Amino acid sequence: MPGAAIVAEKVSKWFGQDDARTYAVREVSFEAKWGEMLYIVGPSGSGKTTLLSMISGILRPNSGSVKIDNRDLWSLSDDEIADFRLNTMGFVFQDYHLFPRLTTAENVAIPLILQKRSWDEALREAARYLDVVGLADKAKLPPTKLSGGEQQRVAIARAIVHQPAMLVFDEPTASLDGDTGRRIVSFVKSEILTARRCILIVTHDSRIFEYSNRIMQMEDGRITGFREGQTV
Amino acid sequence: MKEILILAYKLLVNDKGKYTALLVGTTFSVFLIVQMTSSFAGILTKSSATVINVGGSVWVMDPAVNAIQNSVPMPDYVLDAVRSIKGVKFAVPLYSGAALVKLRDGIYQPVTVIGLDDTSLFGRPELLEGTIDDIFAENGFIVVKDEEFPKLENPKLGMEFEINDHRGVIVGIAKVASGTLFGTPTLYTTYNRAITYIPSTRFTTSYILVEPKSDSDIAHIKEQVARLGYLALTNQELQTRISDYLKYQTGIGTNTLLMTVISFIVGLSISGQTFYTFILENLEHFGALKAIGAKGRELVYMILFQAAFTSLAGYGLGIGLSTILITAAKLRLPEYASRVTFTNLGLAFLLVLIIASVSSYAGIRQVLKIEPFDIFRG
Repeated sequence: MPGAAIVAEKVSKWFGQDDARTYAVREVSFEAKWGEMLYIVGPSGSGKTTLLSMISGILRPNSGSVKIDNRDLWSLSDDEIADFRLNTMGFVFQDYHLFPRLTTAENVAIPLILQKRSWDEALREAARYLDVVGLADKAKLPPTKLSGGEQQRVAIARAIVHQPAMLVFDEPTASLDGDTGRRIVSFVKSEILTARRCILIVTHDSRIFEYSNRIMQMEDGRITGFREGQTV
Repeated sequence: MKEILILAYKLLVNDKGKYTALLVGTTFSVFLIVQMTSSFAGILTKSSATVINVGGSVWVMDPAVNAIQNSVPMPDYVLDAVRSIKGVKFAVPLYSGAALVKLRDGIYQPVTVIGLDDTSLFGRPELLEGTIDDIFAENGFIVVKDEEFPKLENPKLGMEFEINDHRGVIVGIAKVASGTLFGTPTLYTTYNRAITYIPSTRFTTSYILVEPKSDSDIAHIKEQVARLGYLALTNQELQTRISDYLKYQTGIGTNTLLMTVISFIVGLSISGQTFYTFILENLEHFGALKAIGAKGRELVYMILFQAAFTSLAGYGLGIGLSTILITAAKLRLPEYASRVTFTNLGLAFLLVLIIASVSSYAGIRQVLKIEPFDIFRG
């Protein structure tokens, strides 16, 4: 996969109009490479999640452009953006957003079901990815029967089951203890990150910084600097 | 699409508490709607029992008649005049009236007496026991074996009774298509015996049954009968007239309509509110699906499917419950007037569709409004 995974140019997002306008992200430009695990860090309200949303096709920027694998994301129609999220992105939400009325395997299978794969095939694939995250024996349990760390791994399995090129994690360790958080991120880096995948992680948990390739620092909606981490 | 609907199904039925509440709401709504309308349909059918049982293509009557038991006797010349109308194949008189029968143990029992034309016995019932010729025997009466039959102490052939100081003898036991509404046994006899035995006014012909030479003659017959100052109606028109009278000129129709509307409102309130709550509680999950890549229309299909599935399941259960209750009631109360018709079922189905549509509309609005960003930022 030649070229940059993400090219964001002068991306801005504001809320409110005229005098009441408040910038969440102000003219942010950066690139992310394939095979890179890029952290976006900064204090609360610095615009990390808003920026991540604009990069992942969830929130339309007011100005600027986002190119994913050389495709201008926000020139696409709403349906095309939904398809982009479904086929190119994998999401791990801060609160996981697992479905308590479905089994763990059914939760993991959701992206495949939305891709209109057959129910049985989706469940088979989900079982395979549950095995990848070490939860093969929990396939038939509802997520409410799992620990926080296990739920996090289910969310990761759901994010990767359809083999997306990009993964976004929003505060993946926010509800986990230090050891579990480190184990999860270490697992993501060693097992999920590949040379053909780009992972963006929004966090302010300094305990997991050691696993990053690069750290992008944000404050007041702007990038204030980059730090290099390990490389793949 | 099938897989997405399976997902919608699982999200719905796995929330057992909400799903049960939804089903109960719809089921009871359908149950009440079907129960009310079936009772009304039963009453309407029974109110036209004599018309159905006697048959006859065209009935001639006084224009004031709007229920079969409220006949206004017509003078004899009307029969002759009707017989002379072009297009009439034959016309016979029919007596319909009420009388008191004194049974062997001295108990009086009200009965409906139908007097058939002596010559043709037109409109005679199908006999289960006895022969029709015996109706001409001295004091001969045929009793109808319907729900009211036991009130005459389950008469056998040859049983004697007293009717207005005349001796009566059961010479036949018959069956008819429909039982009567007012809970009285029915006796058939000849027209002349009926007007002789039962005290009556100066005029004695309750109805004239007309058989036209062809259907195309009916309009002309109606016109000529109207010129005589009377009313001619086809069998079906007479049934409709009786139904309309009960629907619009008595409180029965209004009460049934009110109860049906109340049942609908109850169902709509319970199901609509529960479904809306179900959607609200699952809003973040719908939002998560949207964030993952589900399109708005796919979420709409999911909600419509959930609403339709619940409504149809509730509809089926409601119909089943009504049927069980009506069947059980008829076993205990044979005269229980209730009849499930396709119209009842169609009406209940229509109201259930409205419940499902209103319920899902409110939910769909909420789901379409939620932004994936709201989910993403928690």
